[in-house]
Amino acid sequence: MTTNIPTQKNTDITKSPTTQATPLIPLPPAAARLITIAGTAVALAGTFLAWTWTKDFPGNLTVTGYPGGLQVLTLVGTILTLLFALSGYGIKGLGWLTPGGTNSPVLVLTLGVLGTTGYAIGAIAQELGGLVNLEPGAWVSGIGALIAVTGALGLPADRPHDDGDTPNAWGRLRHALTAPEPGRTKDLPSWAEILIIAAGFGAGLYVFAYGIGTEYSELFVGFLIIAAFGFTALNRAGLLKQLSALTAKHRTVTLAAAFAAAICFPFTQTNDQFALIGANILIFATVALGLNVVVGLAGLLDLGYVAFLGVGAYAAALVSGSPQSTIGVHFPFWAAVITGALASLIFGVVIGAPTLRLRGDYLAIVTLGFGEIFRITMNNLNGNSGPDVTNGSTGIPNIPDLEIFGFNLGVPHNVLGHELTRPGNYYLLMLLFTAVIVTVFRRSADSRIGRAWVAIREDETAATAMGINGFRLKLLAFALGASLAGLAGTVQAHVSYSVTPEQYQFAGSVPPNSAFLLAAVILGGMGTISGPLVGAALLYLIPAKLQFMAEYQLLLFGIALMLLMRFRPEGLVADRRKQLEFHETGQLDVPDDKGLPETATGVAKAGA
Amino acid sequence: MTTTTTTTTTTVLDATGVTMQFGGLTAVRSVDLTVGSGEIVGLIGPNGAGKTTFFNCLTGLYVPTTGTVSYKGTVLPPKPHLVTQAGIARTFQNIRLFANMTVLENVLVGRHTRTNEGLWSALLRLPSFKKAEEASRERAMELLEFAGLAAKADHLARNLPYGEQRKLEIARALASEPGLLLLDEPTAGMNPQETRAAEDLIFAIRDKGIAVLVIEHDIRFIMNLCDRVAVLVQGEKIVEGPAEVVQADERVIAAYLGTPFEGAPGAEEAAEVEAAEEAAEAAEAPSTTEGDEK
Ligand SMILES: Nc1ncnc2c1ncn2[C@@H]1O[C@H](COP(=O)(O)OP(=O)(O)OP(=O)(O)O)[C@@H](O)[C@H]1O
Ligand SMILES: [Mg+2]
Repeated sequence: MTTNIPTQKNTDITKSPTTQATPLIPLPPAAARLITIAGTAVALAGTFLAWTWTKDFPGNLTVTGYPGGLQVLTLVGTILTLLFALSGYGIKGLGWLTPGGTNSPVLVLTLGVLGTTGYAIGAIAQELGGLVNLEPGAWVSGIGALIAVTGALGLPADRPHDDGDTPNAWGRLRHALTAPEPGRTKDLPSWAEILIIAAGFGAGLYVFAYGIGTEYSELFVGFLIIAAFGFTALNRAGLLKQLSALTAKHRTVTLAAAFAAAICFPFTQTNDQFALIGANILIFATVALGLNVVVGLAGLLDLGYVAFLGVGAYAAALVSGSPQSTIGVHFPFWAAVITGALASLIFGVVIGAPTLRLRGDYLAIVTLGFGEIFRITMNNLNGNSGPDVTNGSTGIPNIPDLEIFGFNLGVPHNVLGHELTRPGNYYLLMLLFTAVIVTVFRRSADSRIGRAWVAIREDETAATAMGINGFRLKLLAFALGASLAGLAGTVQAHVSYSVTPEQYQFAGSVPPNSAFLLAAVILGGMGTISGPLVGAALLYLIPAKLQFMAEYQLLLFGIALMLLMRFRPEGLVADRRKQLEFHETGQLDVPDDKGLPETATGVAKAGA
Repeated sequence: MTTTTTTTTTTVLDATGVTMQFGGLTAVRSVDLTVGSGEIVGLIGPNGAGKTTFFNCLTGLYVPTTGTVSYKGTVLPPKPHLVTQAGIARTFQNIRLFANMTVLENVLVGRHTRTNEGLWSALLRLPSFKKAEEASRERAMELLEFAGLAAKADHLARNLPYGEQRKLEIARALASEPGLLLLDEPTAGMNPQETRAAEDLIFAIRDKGIAVLVIEHDIRFIMNLCDRVAVLVQGEKIVEGPAEVVQADERVIAAYLGTPFEGAPGAEEAAEVEAAEEAAEAAEAPSTTEGDEK
């Protein structure tokens, strides 16, 4: 922990910041913008033409005048590009789109359009056997996208170069993709702000639901490309920052709205399948949130966390009244939940007590070992190599459906005129658990205990010197994380009808497993609430949607994780702290609620 | 030694025979030191003399090889959190703030031992939790006000300028309501104005009834501030007494100007230091008394 005195930026402020950045392709700005807009318009027009001649390629790209499948993605991408590019022209009424960067979002989006269009062309050529299968529409869109990228590369960068010198081409490209922070928004009436939040959520949910609903993997890949670039573009434009500032301001409203929307989800689905996916995502997400207490708040690396889910699930299965359970008791649901959470808690303490006294990497190794020991033990308690408790590798099948206050979750119910089926019931139950776990996370993080955890994560020596009993608090984090996972495990046992040792591996292609849980936390954003939820959803959906590349799945997953860690180390949802930690801007962090203009502080400090 | 101090003040810190060995290296050798209430005591010595190591022994970060540390008459266990709980707070030579927490949160962490809201009370958000949290915040803001950082309560600690980071470390230490504050080079890296401000801050802390033990290289700072100064050379306390007396002491001058590590052959200097050390051992008891009587 060194103390960097942030002076670099301040000297820049006192100097004249006129070292204009040279774009990658030297063009007059007006010409560059014109080329970008023209190219994008051409690409847009191309989506209304046929891209191929046969319906063999999924999505029917043969119709002229009506974009379908992958064409829709290009269409959406080009429309967004046009909006941002016109906002950069200073068109009245569009200025709100680009409070941060103006040209970098355009560049990002043109790249995204080129990416999806290029992918579509490649996929058509590959699946139908050659470029001859392309109709002119594909060429029009492809060339339009290429022209747009050329134009966008000629746009001046949003920020001047820091130190006056001109970096090489790669450096200039990287620089062109950066954008300044958005300023503060004007205070709107709170109903308007809440409306904006709702609209933002609605748009997000729509995009998400579109992703879940994509019917063939070509469309899903195209969707991923344009979604990733679109997300980056919104971020560069500063819209996400402003939205998250709004949600921070109206936290309770936001949370309530999110849960309300989530409750509506099974009622909007006609297909059971999606409710089941939803329930499984929620199980994965809540376990990831529990892990976030351990990893994100207290900074303890737990590589065997899925074992706690397993302990909870096995405990619940044993007391579920399943005919194959070796205990043969049938606890009511609430007692089973307590049993599962308590069993995980005890295991957490048993594992944590000897290891948490050690520092650093020992814990990671021990938890990794524990995770495997759990699985192997469950395999061996089969009556042959040990006492018969878990039926070994067959596990405990035939777990009966839950009955809560006479409400059987296994059979369809009619709620408000809508048929709520078994997956829908479990989805709603999991949602209740999610609400509980989110509350636990929020409240514990924002308390004396949570601050002590973060202090330990930041600097354990200093934390103990502040009177924090490091061991006790780490054990508390470990135990809390374990019992949250156990809680989720009790529902999981019922959702999946059976528990087997192979469900609880370190790494595998089916989440949740320890590696994916950790990835969900890191990819989503450590220490945040929505981060692990988003991360878990993505990590569940992407493997499920891309089953055709099963053999390469882990490889691609690894590559994606590396890229993400390289370019967005704080995860998709940035903790305010983390963002400052990873992207040292040298600027003073002037909190939103202070009226002090940034430059004033800068100058004052430079003079100090 | 204790008999002389009890007359005017009570002993806050009493370290006896503290020795710290790292393998073959003895970083601190049988050091005795007392600090009375309301006192500001300086600890000086050349680089590598063992000052920070001695602090670490006092605060339980190191378990001393031999020797005991007692605070207000009770022997302290070598566990940092228990030492802080007992009433000794410290700052670090190379600032160790919680860089990614806000200024206010840093101070709130300092209040950890003086509050006892557990996990259940945080989860249930009982009225008592809210009250305790409110009180902690109020107290923390008072301390920030005291240290002159109130305007920056919501900034991340890492974004503070250097001098303010040092001040924040002091505010954070004060949050644990200590009876003794250990400061490890509080003015390192500060400009003269900031150093003067730090002096005022330390006097204000003393006026709150908190005893201060401060390591410092800035001799003017020590002269202005300290009632008593102890000099550590190569792990041993060679002199202790009022600042002017210590400053003029030839053994101290020898230790600072001619250590055996510096300058060519150095044989005679080594002999000189050895002689000085012998003299120090002989002179230790009287000089301590001298300081205490002041
Ligand atoms: N953990 C450790 N392991 C081994 N040696 C150590 C350790 N800590 C300190 N030392 C050694 O003990 C000696 C005293 O170091 P210390 O940091 O206490 O000096 P200091 O008086 O604080 O010096 P400075 O004025 O530079 O801060 C040095 O030789 C150092 O290398
Ligand atoms: Mg030192």
